[in-house]
Amino acid sequence: MAVPMLRWVGPGRRCALAWVDRSSRHRREAPTGSTSNGTREQSSVAQQPLRTAQKLRKGEHKWAAVVGLEIHAQISSNSKLFSGSEVCFAAPPNSLVSFFDASLPGTLPVLNRRCVEAAVMTGLALNCHINKKSLFDRKHYFYADLPAGYQITQQRLPIAANGNLMFGVFVGSKRSHMATRTVRVKQIQLEQDSGKSLHDDLRSQTLIDLNRAGVGLLEVVLEPDLSCGEEAATVVRELQLILQALGTSQANMAEGQLRVDANISVHHPGEPLGIRTEVKNLNSIRFLARAIDYEIQRQINELENGGEILNETRSFDCKLGCTVPMRDKEGKQDYRFMPEPNLPPLVLYDTASLPARAQPQQVINIDQIREALPELPSVTRERLVQRYGMLPEHSFMLLNEVGLLQFFQNVMKETRAEPKTVTSWVLNVLLGYLKHQNLAVSESPITPSALAGLLDLLDSKAISSSAAKQVFEELWKGEGKTAVQIVSEKQLGLMQDREALEQLCQSTVEGHPRVVMDIKKGNPRAINKLIGLVRKAALNRADPAMIKALLEKLLA
Amino acid sequence: MLGRTLGEVSVALKQGQITPTELCRKCLSLIQKTKFLNAYITVSEEVALKQAEESEERYKKGQSLGDLDGIPVAVKDNFSTSGIETTCASNMLKGYIPPFNATVVQKLLDQGALLMGKTNLDEFAMGSGSTDGVFGPVKNPWSYSKQRREKRQQQAQGESQAAEWLITGGSSGGSAAALAALTCSAALGSDTGGSTRNPAAHCGLVGFKPSYGLVSRHGLIPLVNSMDVPGILTRCVDDTAIVLGVLAGHDPKDSTTVQDPVKPFTLPSLTDVSKLCIGIPKEYAVPELSSEVRSLWSKAAGLFESAGAKVIEVSLPHTSCSIVCYHVLCASEVASNMARFDGLEYGHRCDINVSTEAMYAATRREGFSDVVRGRILSGNFFLLKENYENYFIKAQKVRRLIANDFVNVFNSGVDILLTPTTLSEAVPYLEFIKEDNRTRSAQGDIFTQAVNMAGLPAVSMPAALSHQGLPIGLQFIGRAFCDQKLLTVAKWFEKQVQFPVIQFPELMDGCSLVFENEKLASVSLQQ
Repeated sequence: MAVPMLRWVGPGRRCALAWVDRSSRHRREAPTGSTSNGTREQSSVAQQPLRTAQKLRKGEHKWAAVVGLEIHAQISSNSKLFSGSEVCFAAPPNSLVSFFDASLPGTLPVLNRRCVEAAVMTGLALNCHINKKSLFDRKHYFYADLPAGYQITQQRLPIAANGNLMFGVFVGSKRSHMATRTVRVKQIQLEQDSGKSLHDDLRSQTLIDLNRAGVGLLEVVLEPDLSCGEEAATVVRELQLILQALGTSQANMAEGQLRVDANISVHHPGEPLGIRTEVKNLNSIRFLARAIDYEIQRQINELENGGEILNETRSFDCKLGCTVPMRDKEGKQDYRFMPEPNLPPLVLYDTASLPARAQPQQVINIDQIREALPELPSVTRERLVQRYGMLPEHSFMLLNEVGLLQFFQNVMKETRAEPKTVTSWVLNVLLGYLKHQNLAVSESPITPSALAGLLDLLDSKAISSSAAKQVFEELWKGEGKTAVQIVSEKQLGLMQDREALEQLCQSTVEGHPRVVMDIKKGNPRAINKLIGLVRKAALNRADPAMIKALLEKLLA
Repeated sequence: MLGRTLGEVSVALKQGQITPTELCRKCLSLIQKTKFLNAYITVSEEVALKQAEESEERYKKGQSLGDLDGIPVAVKDNFSTSGIETTCASNMLKGYIPPFNATVVQKLLDQGALLMGKTNLDEFAMGSGSTDGVFGPVKNPWSYSKQRREKRQQQAQGESQAAEWLITGGSSGGSAAALAALTCSAALGSDTGGSTRNPAAHCGLVGFKPSYGLVSRHGLIPLVNSMDVPGILTRCVDDTAIVLGVLAGHDPKDSTTVQDPVKPFTLPSLTDVSKLCIGIPKEYAVPELSSEVRSLWSKAAGLFESAGAKVIEVSLPHTSCSIVCYHVLCASEVASNMARFDGLEYGHRCDINVSTEAMYAATRREGFSDVVRGRILSGNFFLLKENYENYFIKAQKVRRLIANDFVNVFNSGVDILLTPTTLSEAVPYLEFIKEDNRTRSAQGDIFTQAVNMAGLPAVSMPAALSHQGLPIGLQFIGRAFCDQKLLTVAKWFEKQVQFPVIQFPELMDGCSLVFENEKLASVSLQQ
């Protein structure tokens, strides 16, 4: 479908569009009038370190920032919210479009049970009150990828409300330990996604793909309980983990399954809240944090320089690292909400209110869904801490990386090594290597059992920890050898022959009388030099603790 | 044959007195002859003949699908028909060929009915005259009836005046004209504020509006979703029952249809009405009501009374608010429903391509009439944030009061309400168009649209011919989902009044004919 070029006026579209074709979008999104302004601000602000919002310079008033998030999560479902069309990412354009999705006149919405269940599950996981009766509304605006001219959403009475979401933040001077914070969930509503517009500058036309039109979304609205980009990023990550654990959304930001808008304002503590801006176009957790921190700082600078904040919608330019105004608020949008007349109220039941003769296919039982909820990330982390004596922050790290927890658990199953050792190797060594090469856990060249084999050798003191690092590097090459094979081929096994080691110690002591003298004079660190020399002589295959013991005996 | 009821035609088909193809050709020929009525927008000749052929095969094999097999039907051009242009009498949808059938159309076809064509209407069903569509006004067949001509001659009115043609009422005027002109045996209309009952009254037909939720709206291009229902136009009440039996029931594609299963039914013949309580709402006796309709209304009430029924005056106190309330709700939903017509996916698109917005604006300017655009504009005004409480919410509250009026009356022991359908008989076109669409719609719907607000079943019954020789209809209103009871009472009334069949000598010449069995041919409505 092709239509004449769109002018940039659609509300809420920018965020949906950005990831379609990001590279070509920015120029157009920053209208000429405001680009220079934005750039100037950027040059004076962007180089400042993040989190300056909370830092206090001499002679400055203290500022507080208030951040609220609206998160759209695409429901993981085989078919769309109100039609039987398939849902599939990256299908050929306009191949997943029913008559309803294309808004053919006379077609009517039919609610998808799976989407309702997903909303109830998510609501329960976020400790929401589930409304036994919720309503659908039409939200009107003209945009080419909104075929009906309105979006069906839940404005008046959403399916879930008044919940909360716990998340962990690093605190302390070194930001080294975790504290739990809470953000309130205002409501969760079911709504339709729009289609996508692709803008062809060359031919000055817009191409419309309706594959996404009508896909079910959960809009999760959070109360403005956050104060910086990092907090927001942590909350979004936690929500992502919850949705993935529930299976209600794949929540992949790169594929647009999770999209975030942020409302941001600053004020002096004790004074009324400032005027807020809305930043759209946030398509990764990293950009989300950067955009929020940038916007907080921009607002502070603006106000300190005697300027004022406009209630406007801005987008984040991830190349320039700054937010720029979007031109869609020339006239105030009036969405002309109206009840959706083609959908009766959505009624849910619990076991107590379930009608006696109800057919299971016709009703949704909240209690039944609650009982079937899977383990949530917070519970998983608590379990890890309890069972393995793990530090809370380590439990966070294990969950934050897709597949890492599973990897850890598989290693644990196969190794005799202590949980602490396994945790350390998985989080420090394996994760470090993966990050360095930009690999996902599933792409790791080392399998859980290979790592388990290595840690067994370490645990039984068959190899030193430095030898273990060498073995790890060999394993990383992915040549299919086991740790045992590598140790024997490279002769990395610890010297088990105590006499031979004694001899090595003896000859080292004899060969370095000056060091021995130092030790005898009482220099406690001098012995380390001898230990190092012995280790070198033993080709790194000796246990340093044993060397130390032997040396001390010789010198006593 | 063409003047007979659906039930009679069905019997004739089953007995082999006529074949579906013969019947279809007769209808097509009459459609050609009555083209000047402008009843049809599209005549689906090829489709109908093919369907007739298939039906004939079934009859030959003794595998008839039922009462509707081989029956010619006409469908209002706001029901989607797969492969057949569906215009809503609007430039916006000229050339639009839906890829699917409305559920009600599909159900008729599944029963073997022959789709003769798509009938004319007011643009997007916005009107009460069938005068305001892009294909021009529909002419009332009764303008040309023998009955009217005779009355005119008695009253010694000039020929020129006699030639003055009348409106059908609307917005389903095309369906009513198609049926009154005997080009089909039943027709589908739609009814949002009276659009089926109003033309039925003006064209001497039974016009039935089912309970909201009983018949699927899937594929009906909406006017006001919360009030629209498919309407049934037939020559007698038993025919309505046959068609309703086929159409009624849950449709998985329309979430507002009731879940309870509905089975085909036949109406009993009431012999005793003494246990009935008929309510006469006093608010319906408005000053604008013509004296002829008023006296016919009381005669009808008298008919029930003398047969032993209890007839009482009742009050529906919020009736007078109905028109203005309807105006707000209708315009609001219209504004919303029409938002989809942007020229992108289907329908008219202008040549302007400066920007998407310019394209939208010009497309909608060219595609919609002033009437449609006027309703869109006012509807958007009512839905604005600042106006929503004062207009839309208030109108919804009034709607609830109107619906409660009916509930209260029915709970007080009234079984059926009896009212006029229209203020007067059909008026000449030239007189009708003196007022604007809004005024005309307000007058035309005055007795009918409160029923849509409440979602109740109602039927307009032809009661008698006026002094001008024109049909006058009266309306019966029943409790929600008591559609069968309503039709049973209507059937009793039908039997009492013996409304005459339209007489069309010139047109029928060479068309009625070929009937060996004179006995059957003389069977009329009165069984």
